[in-house]
Amino acid sequence: MRYLPLSDSDRSEMLARIGIKTVDELFADVPKNLLLKEPVDLPRRKGELEVERILSRMAARNVSASSVPFFVGAGAYKHHVPATVDHLIQRSEFLTSYTPYQPEIAQGTLQYLFEFQTQVAALTGMEVANASMYDGSTGTGEAVLMAHRVTKRRKAVLSGGLHPHYAEVVRTLSDMASDSVVTLQPDVSGDEDILSQIDDSVSCVVVQSPDVFGNVRDLKPIAEKAHKHGALLIAVFTEAVSLGLVASPGSQGADIVVGEGQSIGNALNFGGPYVGLFATQSKFIRQMPGRLCGETVDADGNRGFVLTLSTREQHIRRDKATSNICTNSGLCALAFTIHMTLLGEAGLKRLARVNHVNAIKLADQLAGVKGVEVLNKAFFNEFTVRLAKPAAEVVERLTEKGVLAGVPVSRLLPGAGLDDLLLVASTEVNTDDDRAALCAALKEVL
Amino acid sequence: MLNRQGRPSSAGEAGTNAHPTFTGNKALAQIEPLLFEIGRYDTTGVDIDEPEDFEPRLGGLERKDAIGLPGLSEPETMRHYVRLSQMNYGIDTGLFPLGSCTMKHNARLNERMARLPGFSDVHPLQPVSTVQGALELMNELGRYLVTLTNMTAVALSPKAGAHGELCGMMAIKAAIEARGEGKTRNVVLVPDSAHGTNPATAALIGFVVKPVPAREDGWVHVEDVKERLGPDVAAIMLTNPNTCGLFEPQVVEIAKAIHDAGAYFYCDGANFNAIVGKAKPGDLGVDAMHINLHKTFSTPHGGGGPGSGPVVLSERLAPYAPVPFVRAGKDGFELVEQASDASEKPFGRMTAFHGQMGMYVRALSYMLSHGSDGMKQASEDAVLNANYIRAGLSDLMSLPFGNKPCMHEVLFDDAWLKDTGVTTLDVAKAMIDEGYHPMTMYFPLVVHGAMLIEPTESESKSSLDLFIATLRDLAMAAKNGDKERFTGAPYHAPRRRLDETRAARNPVLRWTPPAPVAEAAE
Repeated sequence: MRYLPLSDSDRSEMLARIGIKTVDELFADVPKNLLLKEPVDLPRRKGELEVERILSRMAARNVSASSVPFFVGAGAYKHHVPATVDHLIQRSEFLTSYTPYQPEIAQGTLQYLFEFQTQVAALTGMEVANASMYDGSTGTGEAVLMAHRVTKRRKAVLSGGLHPHYAEVVRTLSDMASDSVVTLQPDVSGDEDILSQIDDSVSCVVVQSPDVFGNVRDLKPIAEKAHKHGALLIAVFTEAVSLGLVASPGSQGADIVVGEGQSIGNALNFGGPYVGLFATQSKFIRQMPGRLCGETVDADGNRGFVLTLSTREQHIRRDKATSNICTNSGLCALAFTIHMTLLGEAGLKRLARVNHVNAIKLADQLAGVKGVEVLNKAFFNEFTVRLAKPAAEVVERLTEKGVLAGVPVSRLLPGAGLDDLLLVASTEVNTDDDRAALCAALKEVL
Repeated sequence: MLNRQGRPSSAGEAGTNAHPTFTGNKALAQIEPLLFEIGRYDTTGVDIDEPEDFEPRLGGLERKDAIGLPGLSEPETMRHYVRLSQMNYGIDTGLFPLGSCTMKHNARLNERMARLPGFSDVHPLQPVSTVQGALELMNELGRYLVTLTNMTAVALSPKAGAHGELCGMMAIKAAIEARGEGKTRNVVLVPDSAHGTNPATAALIGFVVKPVPAREDGWVHVEDVKERLGPDVAAIMLTNPNTCGLFEPQVVEIAKAIHDAGAYFYCDGANFNAIVGKAKPGDLGVDAMHINLHKTFSTPHGGGGPGSGPVVLSERLAPYAPVPFVRAGKDGFELVEQASDASEKPFGRMTAFHGQMGMYVRALSYMLSHGSDGMKQASEDAVLNANYIRAGLSDLMSLPFGNKPCMHEVLFDDAWLKDTGVTTLDVAKAMIDEGYHPMTMYFPLVVHGAMLIEPTESESKSSLDLFIATLRDLAMAAKNGDKERFTGAPYHAPRRRLDETRAARNPVLRWTPPAPVAEAAE
């Protein structure tokens, strides 16, 4: 087997050195009747070529985003990732390293984490950020738990514009922990009355902007009301590129900002791995979940970086830890930070403008198609349209025509009576031809 | 003190400031400033055309402030990160015996497969008809995991080991609530030797953690478990093979006792790599076990993730598996995303979308490559390698549970360092100077000054021989009073020992622009 360096003669010599005859003597503690004599009932080893054939055949059964006019978003976005990013994250020293427990030989990881934390803090308009979460949804769950620790209250209010998967993750976690959650009705318009839900019993209000229907939300009044009642505002985003053009959650008074970083540097990957971004104010750092990288000096006085404040963490505090998280999303954070470095402020803002302009163009063109109504007043690169026919059906028909048109709201919120709504996203990858193809196909189907 | 090349390696000779350079660089060892010290706010390494003028539709919420994100051109970016990478140690650099973490070879075939556009460039919410191959892959991975463990079902979506633990414990909680015992069964037994994630996970969802003390033989004893069992116990979280590197010989009896008491057996599968193809957790009585694809099935650790932590479930817990899951339908694979569409009783959802597809591809690529025969061989080699190290060091270093066979990792304590003035930490740092990544230190907590060494099956005999010789040399040096070689180490790493106390006392978690009167002296 090509991955196993030991030869049979090595194995014999080693057994002799250990002083035993067979390797199974090392498995003596496994109950004899349960020790497997033969390999399990699965195929035998395969060469690289055969494995490539099998997996390539599976891959070929999927329609990749780059191969069609593509408008699918709702929490994961098709963006162009520079070749440099994928090359660099495959450097052995990044790819095959571990969580930087031995900082003297992990300064590469630690320095990029320090830079990543700084970039995320700047992007979100917050003071500090951690070294990443699994993704935006689990980060949101952790943010709610953190708010409960800070406020010593156990009730979260979730906006009806929060991504339904995110809301479900929060509810699952809260139900299991016996915390209470109020989820507002799906809010297509972006002007739900969330303020009336905020009182002195509330720990946190969770609001997404742009929300799952694409609405850009004004967070300031929500932050003000929350703070008046001693509650925290958790601001969520699923499209990190939006922060290049939309006012930062920090500037609007958010206490915790959590979001999905996939859009920067990371491929769609059918849903994962992604990278959760998590930022807050300095006064809350000891209640934060996740790894934190901090600056220090070495024995010679040279600047260096280490994982720090680990007394919050599971390997020290065990059942008193702020979170159970251990492995996070290091390599995806690296992809994020490399792409962000390539973009820089100027590039990010321009990328965000291109996304917004493309979405405006698409909205205007779709508005001209009979049977399509664009519902959003304010949006970034995604918006909701009402169709004259059930959206799921329309999407299937358009798929047959080679256009991936978007996400039917009914897929995320079945039974909510929103079957005629479609979420449509447009990023820098979309061309005039893509938009024309979508409009033409819609005209035929509707 | 001479090293293998016959060159002096004592502290004074190895001083780092011997021949200062103008730049501070030392040939290939380059100093790399922070991005924020070299980047420029008007520089970008991405060519995007400025769009034509437009009227924003952001509801008056445009971002007007400077964000604070410097950029670099493409060549500068490349150099920045390549230089950073050169300050890192990876599996491809050398032996990485980090116990419990399983730093085995990461085959590049797996990287290539995960990057096939049919896997990497597919959106989680595309129509199911356009992702049949992705669902087939998930289904196949699930079949492999269920077959290797002899369990009933698998929940693929958890994002890492601790997330898998959470998923498994949620399934247990759901099952207990379904029995109407949610209020009364709220205790989880956790041995002292467990990973910190176990008690943290149980506590996260409201369980009360009750420890099971360690015995001097390193095993969990069924009578210690029985003593703590009662109508209030929901589950035990047991690692097997355990964190001392030993297979639990009473695991079947423990499982039976747990089941007889109406509780569930959660197995921390972090060490499953020792027994893949040798024993099936389902045969041992396990009800739920997470599998770290990034350990056992070699998906890269990536400097701390992403991982992937599928959970296999017994028949009793299978109905509670969270959404989403893949189901074979009459017209192909179906994706069940809503609890209401399931005939079972999913407890909820762990994450947005469907989990770590990129890791699923890599893990399946590993399994296909090894095959059932190769996976069995890999487990045997991993165990053989660990025992070879044990045999090579048992006369110089101390084994807390006696010189008995271990599984895939061998645990030493620091009794052999008594009166040397050298600590486990010092040994670890001296190993860095010798070109090795240190073993896991101070874990498990039940052993004083623990040194947990896991060589994995990826090491050749000659690599192990050199490693053993190195540790023997270090052990002798420590015993002979060559303290400086340890307490000042590392001397040769990109950084000397870092001041972790200072970092925690005055946390600096981000770069901030230097104040006008900066501390410029250096």
